[in-house]
Amino acid sequence: MGSSASQLTKELLSEYQELTFLTKQEILLAHCRFKELLPKESRNTMDYRVPMEKILTMPELKSNPFRQRICYVFSTSEAKDGSLSFEDFLDFLSVFSDSATPEIKSHYAFRIFDFDDDGTLDRNDLVKLVNCLTGDAPETRLSQEEMNQLIGNILEESDIDKDGTVNLSEFQHVISRSPDFVSSFKIVL
Amino acid sequence: WEQLKEEEEEEETVDDKFLFYISNIYIYIFFFSFHINFCFREAQTFVEKFEGALGKGKGRKFYAYKVMMTKKWIKFKRDFENFKTACIPWEMKIKEVESHFGSSVASYFIFLRWMYGMNLVLFGLTFGLVVIPEILMGLPYGSISRKTVPRDEQDTAMDFSTLWDFNGYAKYSVLFYGYYNNQRTIGFLKYRLPLAYFMVGIGTFGYSLMVVIQTMAKNADETGGDGEDNDFNFCWKMFTSWDYLIGNSETADNKFASITTSFKESIVDEEENQKDENIHLRRFLRVLANVLILCGLGGSGYLIYFVVKRSQKFATMDDLGWYEKNEVEIVMSLLGLVCPPLFETIAELEDYHPRIALKWQLGRIFALFLGNLYTFLFALIDEVNQKLEEEENIKNMTAIALNLYYANVTLNGTEVTPPPIDPADVIRGPCWETTVGIEFVKLTVSDIQVTYITILVGDFLRAVIVRFLNYCWCWDLEAGFPSYAEFDISGNVLGLIFNQGMIWMGAFYAPGLVGINVLRLLTSMYYQSWAVMSSNVPHERVFKASKSNNFYMGLLLLILFLSLLPVVYTIMTLPPSFDCGPFSGKPRMFEVIMETIKLDFPAFVGKLFSYAANPGLIIPAVLLAIYYLNAVSKAYMNSNMELKKKMQMVCTEQY
Repeated sequence: MGSSASQLTKELLSEYQELTFLTKQEILLAHCRFKELLPKESRNTMDYRVPMEKILTMPELKSNPFRQRICYVFSTSEAKDGSLSFEDFLDFLSVFSDSATPEIKSHYAFRIFDFDDDGTLDRNDLVKLVNCLTGDAPETRLSQEEMNQLIGNILEESDIDKDGTVNLSEFQHVISRSPDFVSSFKIVL
Repeated sequence: WEQLKEEEEEEETVDDKFLFYISNIYIYIFFFSFHINFCFREAQTFVEKFEGALGKGKGRKFYAYKVMMTKKWIKFKRDFENFKTACIPWEMKIKEVESHFGSSVASYFIFLRWMYGMNLVLFGLTFGLVVIPEILMGLPYGSISRKTVPRDEQDTAMDFSTLWDFNGYAKYSVLFYGYYNNQRTIGFLKYRLPLAYFMVGIGTFGYSLMVVIQTMAKNADETGGDGEDNDFNFCWKMFTSWDYLIGNSETADNKFASITTSFKESIVDEEENQKDENIHLRRFLRVLANVLILCGLGGSGYLIYFVVKRSQKFATMDDLGWYEKNEVEIVMSLLGLVCPPLFETIAELEDYHPRIALKWQLGRIFALFLGNLYTFLFALIDEVNQKLEEEENIKNMTAIALNLYYANVTLNGTEVTPPPIDPADVIRGPCWETTVGIEFVKLTVSDIQVTYITILVGDFLRAVIVRFLNYCWCWDLEAGFPSYAEFDISGNVLGLIFNQGMIWMGAFYAPGLVGINVLRLLTSMYYQSWAVMSSNVPHERVFKASKSNNFYMGLLLLILFLSLLPVVYTIMTLPPSFDCGPFSGKPRMFEVIMETIKLDFPAFVGKLFSYAANPGLIIPAVLLAIYYLNAVSKAYMNSNMELKKKMQMVCTEQY
């Protein structure tokens, strides 16, 4: 699937259209933006993997507290360094697009929030999640007891099997009832 | 996977269900990993190789053809979807606003765009079916009395001030009701203009109703109906509060702050038990606040009534200053500006939870606008009745004058012909419909002016002052008072909804009003998106737009119904003017339908209608329909509840 041309061929374009939730314009726009992230020498090969630091300079991801997690989740590199190829990039845009189903979105949201990649959201994951959400400044962080109270409330609400962690089905159960999830879990170039 | 392939290749007979499943499997594979490239390729070539193998024997060619057509159809649908997305106007602009301010501010612009689309359709209907035929096939300006400026107004007819008041040439043009002739058919195509006018008027309401209800139903589907609100309060705050569209660091900082505040608030809320405050004091304060606000509402209603009465007195005087001429519109717009902040400050006495306080505030603003509009209408109807009396007098006078003329003519023995009076000199009736149309147009125009000036002064000028005076001012203008303005979503949405209500009310009497509104919405989109990006800051408390969408649609529906009432009342009960408009000469406006049925349809249709139009038949039929639909919808709601309960039980049973 990695082509060596710098322009998308028609077959590739229609293949991508079939495999992702993106429209033709969105794929072409993604192609343009991805090319801008490539260093000049490798502009002609689309096999190149853009390192994570470059990806994080994109304006859509710059202010996102989960940007590193997003890169790790969508990256397919063996080195697990968060670098994205063009297809990873399309994958990422497809999940965050308007037409993706809520099930896909909640699945990937779970993977993004799972900081230690163990398949469940345990206490440490939730603590890291809260710290991401409250920003980096020390005055906005929650105190230790507020944090404990918060985590306790969350586990009480969502942990149905009472094992102290939130697994994928419990997560999806909570998310499916939320009216705002689909509209906020969206990134458009 | 390899094994399966071999099996398939060996066997000649292929089970088509299985192949169908395989041919779709590549779609499902990508769901969880786009990365299994090789699998997709293999699947695709495999499917292509064996697709033709289905339908062995006689159906083969036809089946291959069917498959090819389905593929082409899917491709066509996809291309059409791409085209449709490219056609949506202002998409980039709205996305830019969304990334800076979040989805709630962007929802206002999406609503504005939707309104623009609906108004465009109404404009097309009105212009295509009423105005264009009149221009092309109707009598030209100056040919009959209703189309000509009266002699005594002719010197001032072209002045800017007269035109700005929609008098002079503007009054006697296609923009208003009075210009249209009551000829049953016009031009060589025999276009029935009065019928078209009436049907377009009714069709405007019908189309708007359809579109609003459709959108409401679509919105209700997406949010999945109203579930329990507070079930997963904390979880939702954690997992869904971040708006991924935010691309601006300032907005992101605000969002962090608001998320932290909301966490802390929820934690405190959860810990705090019901405070045993002084309940009596709180109740007393709430009653006091409501009384104050009711006084405010009553006062504003009375003020409008008083001002409209005064304007009627002014109409008889000459030499009016600009203020006297526009007093009504200015007062109404000012009330709309001043009262909402006033209500908000009074509401501080009530000490409600912010979400509940917002609902009360919206309800009160709604009541204010509604009261103002209806008072204005009542005062207008008073004026209309007055004009009707005047008309009686003029009719008598004209009749007497005509009789005299004919008497003279027969005495002199010449032919009896209609008196050769120039159309500009004929004695006119007061034409109340055009007056009503003019009032609505003036109200809309002044509303537009006030809105735009408010944005210019309240947002832009304020931003300029804060930015530049900050260098030489004692306290920090940006952090303290007045700082930059936030975009007032609910105020703007309500303003839009009420503007639309006024258009609906006035469109029957002023066909040009819809065109004016289309222009207004178009410029609003550009003007407001510029103003938001240049002078507003993101909200401190970012609140969700999702559930409010149906709330605003519900308001729009209510306003539609309320604007329908006055129009229907005037059509049914008030007699049209005798010398202007497409229904002149008829005892009631809806008679045009009866006339059409009598003259244009075969005889038995007329009889059928006269039987079917019997109220004794219609009322029971409508009541039965309502009862039936109510019962069906109740049954659906019940089954919905049952299914929800079942799902919940199954979910919890699993553990």
